[in-house]
Amino acid sequence: MKFERYGIGIAKGMTVTMRNLLRRRITTQYPEQKLTVSRRTRGNELVWNKEKCTGCATCAKTCPQGVIHIVTSVGEENNYNVEVFEVDTGYCISCGLCVEACPYDALFMAYAFELAKYRRSELVLSRDDMLIENKQASAYFRPEVDKDLPEQELLINRKE
Amino acid sequence: MQLRTEPFVLNIGPVHPSTHGVFRMRATLDGEVVVDLEPVFGYLHRGIEKLAEERTYGGVIPLTDRLDYVASITNNLAYVLAVEKLAGISVPERAEYIRVITSEMQRIAAHLVSVGSFLNDAGAYFTPFLYMYRERENIVDLFDMLCGQRLLYSYMRIGGVSQDLPDEFLPALRKFIPHMRTRIDEYDWLLKENEILLARAKGVGILPRETAINIGASGPVLRGCGVKWDIRKADPYSVYDRFEFDIPTGIQGDCYDRYRVRVEEMRQSLRIIEQAVEQIPPGEVRSDVPQLVRPPAGEAYAHVEGATGEVGFHVVSDGSIAPYRCHIRAPSLMNLTALKDMIVGWKIQDLILIFGSFAITMGEVDR
Repeated sequence: MKFERYGIGIAKGMTVTMRNLLRRRITTQYPEQKLTVSRRTRGNELVWNKEKCTGCATCAKTCPQGVIHIVTSVGEENNYNVEVFEVDTGYCISCGLCVEACPYDALFMAYAFELAKYRRSELVLSRDDMLIENKQASAYFRPEVDKDLPEQELLINRKE
Repeated sequence: MQLRTEPFVLNIGPVHPSTHGVFRMRATLDGEVVVDLEPVFGYLHRGIEKLAEERTYGGVIPLTDRLDYVASITNNLAYVLAVEKLAGISVPERAEYIRVITSEMQRIAAHLVSVGSFLNDAGAYFTPFLYMYRERENIVDLFDMLCGQRLLYSYMRIGGVSQDLPDEFLPALRKFIPHMRTRIDEYDWLLKENEILLARAKGVGILPRETAINIGASGPVLRGCGVKWDIRKADPYSVYDRFEFDIPTGIQGDCYDRYRVRVEEMRQSLRIIEQAVEQIPPGEVRSDVPQLVRPPAGEAYAHVEGATGEVGFHVVSDGSIAPYRCHIRAPSLMNLTALKDMIVGWKIQDLILIFGSFAITMGEVDR
């Protein structure tokens, strides 16, 4: 193939490059600056409401990976006491099906995403690690908490 | 003086930046010219079809994300359509529109990745790629707002979609459509008549029309050969019969045509989104489906037009809560069967470009 229009491509390419050189930066310096993620974000862990949970284990049955482990005992008022509630986040795929399945709105997805650990055993969350009092729950399948959460920063709304 | 020559076997991959995943090509070279090619795959085999047999119908949805991971939504959609067909479940109108909107957004996002990496393979090292990724970021942002993740959405559910659109979704999408149009025009102005791209891609890697049809190619690879075949028109699913759009086709089936088909398809997708956003009705997004779906014994096949071609799921039920068999028709695998015919006779530099123009995803090829 002959080069018939030699040079035009370079001129056009440089125009686009200059246009992009003079616009505002759209990236953020990640570890120092963080963008606000979606309200429905599905982070790397689960948040658990101890008061609402009845120990029905629907979440454990729904989990496609089988990473939720629940042991219950029968309490005085003919209820279940949750003895063990463990989630192995090393195998969790954050699909959110457990949160969707929970009939008592006791399980939430979380905002946390920087949860690298040195050992696999540290990735197993016990019931005290997931208490809602200490964690930020997301609004995934929980529209009632949607209004309290900060709005997501979108690239489309960024000034150019 | 006569020199003694012999063919040289070159292994490209499995870990190589231009094989788009863990794909290996065993190329036999005569000088620079490829005389034989043997594709080797299976490095990413995770046994998704087998895993699906041990899960409930709802629990398979996260697995389907992991097939074509740059176009998760269309995989979700093909699977839930197959199960809905099997169990006779109807879908609310609003959910159908949301399915169309998200599928078309996903098509744009996947084509941006394919076009970007194709230009990468053509030697425009990472400059157009990052422009494409910047536009893709807008779509990924919207998906994050919709379902909380940026890559593996698991958004479709049997009988609808998982959640309704958030209030700020449609305004952001309305803002995105004209923005994306101007950007596609800008990149077309930059790339469409670029003399290097024309010299590298035009007339290179021609796939004859008959071969494409015979091997069962689909998607932009087939349409690049000039065959007007699109599942959205040929066998309309969801509510695609309500929208006006064209099927872009190529002329001779070379790398340049496949690239052009992808760019034109992005324009058509924007057209569909625009119409769907106008027409979307209020209402429910999910019909009343029990958590454990038990379809009657039987089988069903449903297919959708994915970013790489016809994504199909053949689900067989024996009346229990888990599929008895779940076969996946992976368009990337079907398209790959044309690889040898197209590459033999071209030089090794063209090999990378021709392979890049397929835009395969290894997650789907190996399953």
